[in-house]
Amino acid sequence: MSAPATNVRARTSARTIVWLQGLAGLAGFAALLEIVPRSGLVSPYYLPPFSTIVVALFDEIHRPQFWTALGDTLEAWAIGLAISLVAGILVGIAIGSSHVLRTLTQSTIEFLRPIPSVALIPLAVLLFGSRIQSTLVLVVYASFWQVLIQVLYGVQDVDPVARETARSYGLGRWAQIRYVIWPTTLPYLMTGVRLAAAVALILAITSEVAIDTQGLGKEIADTESGGAVAAMYAYVIVAGVIGVIVNLAARALERRALAWHPSIRLDSAEAGA
Amino acid sequence: MKSIVRPLRRVTVMLALPAALIATWWFTSAGSQNFYFPPLQTILDTFAKLWFSSQAIPNVLPSLARLSVGFLAAAFLGIAIGVPVGASRTLRNVLEPVLEFLRAVPPPVLVPVLILFTGIGNEMKALVIVSGCIWPVLLNTVAGVRSLDEVLEEVVRSYRITGFARLWHFVLPGASPQIFTGLRQSLSIGIILMVVSEMFAASDGIGFVLVQYQRTFAIPEMWSGIIVLGIIGIVLSLIFRAVEAWILGWYHGLRQSQRAS
Repeated sequence: MSAPATNVRARTSARTIVWLQGLAGLAGFAALLEIVPRSGLVSPYYLPPFSTIVVALFDEIHRPQFWTALGDTLEAWAIGLAISLVAGILVGIAIGSSHVLRTLTQSTIEFLRPIPSVALIPLAVLLFGSRIQSTLVLVVYASFWQVLIQVLYGVQDVDPVARETARSYGLGRWAQIRYVIWPTTLPYLMTGVRLAAAVALILAITSEVAIDTQGLGKEIADTESGGAVAAMYAYVIVAGVIGVIVNLAARALERRALAWHPSIRLDSAEAGA
Repeated sequence: MKSIVRPLRRVTVMLALPAALIATWWFTSAGSQNFYFPPLQTILDTFAKLWFSSQAIPNVLPSLARLSVGFLAAAFLGIAIGVPVGASRTLRNVLEPVLEFLRAVPPPVLVPVLILFTGIGNEMKALVIVSGCIWPVLLNTVAGVRSLDEVLEEVVRSYRITGFARLWHFVLPGASPQIFTGLRQSLSIGIILMVVSEMFAASDGIGFVLVQYQRTFAIPEMWSGIIVLGIIGIVLSLIFRAVEAWILGWYHGLRQSQRAS
């Protein structure tokens, strides 16, 4: 009985060490950001010491504008991601389950996908100005393909035997989608969700920096042109923290949604393959 | 006969939908009075006039030069830093949270930050591209080096293959599938940053002229610029795929044979 117990203890302490090492890395990074400007290596005007940035961050947190900007960014991100998820899943399953549609659309998808969504910026500005719709155009265009491609891979991966079995048992169209296609596609879809969530955030901030839609990116551009450099870095840190949270949440969702799955099939190496 | 018919059919199937879409665009927009959506014919006329002239070169070349310098520098740095970090467990544990944070910072916020440091010249744009593109390469290199084949690693050690030979014949090839995944992500981030940095502050480049057209309501010109940017994206992804197929040919072949067995 004691062997597994020590094993568990060893593993927990190993994990604590990893945590501590990571914390040390973060602390070292913060210290570097403090020392470099103080030593005069980089002018403190361009890069204020870390402590000054933290103070600026606390000042910003107490301004209502901060929370509005944060809310605007997250709103555009969430709506855009939701639209591309729904559209990607529906279109992906529709195209993927028909051989004819798949071969017909393949070249078009391959052609449209690499078109950079930032190419749509001028069009979005003309149509919607700096309203949230502009951001949504960019976010949806960029993240839709991530979801669609993964769903297409997933639907194609359905085990032919399972499909034949379902057909022999007389499962209807919806039952086939629900019990055969969906479970196979889910791991691929989760990879798509993870990629799309990160891309959607990048494009939401891009739109705020480039076309002045409300949000964190606009605050960063405004504080920079207004000379409030410490506040600008505070917003950069906030944007980074949001990015980390989005990544962690997507990974947690993936683990949760695939808890039943014997193994998480797609490693990052194959995610884009 | 059969050998001609089959490829012919494949090409037809491939081109059917794009042709239908373009035809739909052409006919629905023909005679369009809508200011924002001019007839496709007008757009294509403008396109030929603008982008098949000497004017195209000073607008496209600087963008592509900044993108290639930035992307290649990011690829080199990412791999050069990623290999030692991936090889050392301690280094990896210490640096991983910092790297994850840096990667999670949405790259476009770097545009205002780096304007502070370097003004709005070429250095800024190349640096923006480097600092945005490096993280996917770096983190994927770390992951690739970390998951190298253990048996091969022992073989390499038994034969006392060390130093550059080990790096060139074992570490880099073993990690290359992962590295290419990172490079592909980096490329699309690089294109975004190229355009955004030029829209934000520049005096030349495709992003700059695109915004000029939009601000002066030169709509057909703007549409033609959008098409140019789309073509750049497609061509770059084709080049990338060709390079990947060339360097990773062995890997795709291996996976195919594994799948078949």
